[in-house]
Amino acid sequence: MLRILIVAEHALGKLNPATAKCVACASLIEGAEVDVAVFAADASAVAEQAAAIHGVKRVLKVEHPANAEPLAAILAPQVASLAAGYTHVFGPSTTFGKDLMPHTAALLGVGQLSDIMAVESAYRYRRPVYAGNVVITVEAAQEQKLVATVRTASFQAASGGGSALVESAKVSAEVPAHTRFVSRSAATTGRPDLQTATRVVSGGRALGSADNFRLIYRLADKLGAAVGASRAAVDAGYAANDLQVGQTGKIIAPELYVAVGISGAIQHLTGIKDARTIVAINKDPEAPIFEVADIGLVGDLFTLLPQLEQAL
Amino acid sequence: MKRILVGIKRVVDYNVRIRVKPDNSGVITDGVKMSINPFDEIALEEALRIKERGGAEEVIVATVGPADCQQQLRSALAMGADRALHVVADGVIEPLVAARALLKLVEREQPLLVILGKQAIDDDNGQTGQVLAALWNRPQATYASKLELTGESVRVTREVDAGLETLEVDLPAVITTDLRLNEPRYVKLPDIMKAKKKPLDIIAIADLGVAVDSQFRTVSVNAPAVRGKGVMVKDVGELAAMLRDKGLV
Repeated sequence: MLRILIVAEHALGKLNPATAKCVACASLIEGAEVDVAVFAADASAVAEQAAAIHGVKRVLKVEHPANAEPLAAILAPQVASLAAGYTHVFGPSTTFGKDLMPHTAALLGVGQLSDIMAVESAYRYRRPVYAGNVVITVEAAQEQKLVATVRTASFQAASGGGSALVESAKVSAEVPAHTRFVSRSAATTGRPDLQTATRVVSGGRALGSADNFRLIYRLADKLGAAVGASRAAVDAGYAANDLQVGQTGKIIAPELYVAVGISGAIQHLTGIKDARTIVAINKDPEAPIFEVADIGLVGDLFTLLPQLEQAL
Repeated sequence: MKRILVGIKRVVDYNVRIRVKPDNSGVITDGVKMSINPFDEIALEEALRIKERGGAEEVIVATVGPADCQQQLRSALAMGADRALHVVADGVIEPLVAARALLKLVEREQPLLVILGKQAIDDDNGQTGQVLAALWNRPQATYASKLELTGESVRVTREVDAGLETLEVDLPAVITTDLRLNEPRYVKLPDIMKAKKKPLDIIAIADLGVAVDSQFRTVSVNAPAVRGKGVMVKDVGELAAMLRDKGLV
């Protein structure tokens, strides 16, 4: 019997859509039973949202005051304890999951598979390496528990309308005191979330300043889009680090991606290649971004962006 | 002695265009430039800066891999590491095996910090730091963009999806580095000469009591599907019309 435990990601009482994408991935494994675990100080609201994901059998609430913040060192021993009885343990390939899952695997005495992008069977998967320039097919030993992270941009979120059982689970794990949460800068912009938005407008180095980057925000607001940035724009201080799109930033799969003044370094393209439609605006007709763009427009962004705002 | 242990990995240089072998058994590495994994270089730079500020007395650089890795250890010594440890192991080293070997070095050297890159740019696993922290039963702070060392603990600013998160972890601890932690220094020629005289210890992985076993087998290696080439439009009007046609706006 294949039993898959998925660690829910959530913040401020809301389930992160990455969780439903992990469920979608797990549901591709034939005959598997899928449970979701919610670690929180008070897990009720999030557990209810997880129970509505189609394909989930049970939702396990693990409530403890120490679980108020999602710290790997504190959660990993609890996940490892809960993992008994499961053949697979999955988490999202977000900074939350990438921090937690390898630690969990090590406590279980096994390795971890990173960034599942396609399921071939219960123990055979495809994953990207070399910044997405290579895809490998990997087979995991069947006799060992399989701990893995799921590349969320590769899966459509499982639909709602489910009605899983919600239960409280007790875990016997020591919570370490050596790691303490201090603070988090929550970027509350009122705009759609970059990782889950259906439309994204990103700006690159060509914007030239943080001030000019407002042109990106204006177009994004016109489109109801989230804002992203290239690594060059973030490094130059035009945009905050959490807006970075690419191999070392966020890997996204919106319906529409508009790249403005972004040349298209490989590490940036890695972050957007699952986007449905890519639009590129750049003054250099030779820019690599045009190799992957569905629609390209060559010209000066400072002229074109105000025009585009008008035309939409 | 207050020590920092830095783990590095030899990888295909980030400027090399990666090509898959025609028989899909791997990527072409013959005659290809190899370098220290860029995130590990950031880890080493941070360790050197901590030492230069008086926060540590010795920086040790370590790697797990085949004989060729000594080139990268020498580069790390030229950057400023005091000595190097080479755990010799052939074949594919999974993160769990690398972390088990590093744990043995940690037990010998008793560092106050272990700093590693957040991921290697070849296999993109991004696991070794977290695995080491678990095996060592010490705190981890991944994706660090700022470190502030106090006597007993370290305050780490982390780059997370939501923005920036700050943790305080007791020492000793494992840190993994993100891009914006620092910019690694350039190596000067006299330092390369000096590095040749610095100690580099060679240890067989079996002598650490660590077995090179594997849980994962790579079945095939392929180039990714490529996106079809799109169309170029002349002006904003054409672009807006096309987006409307596709129902995207």
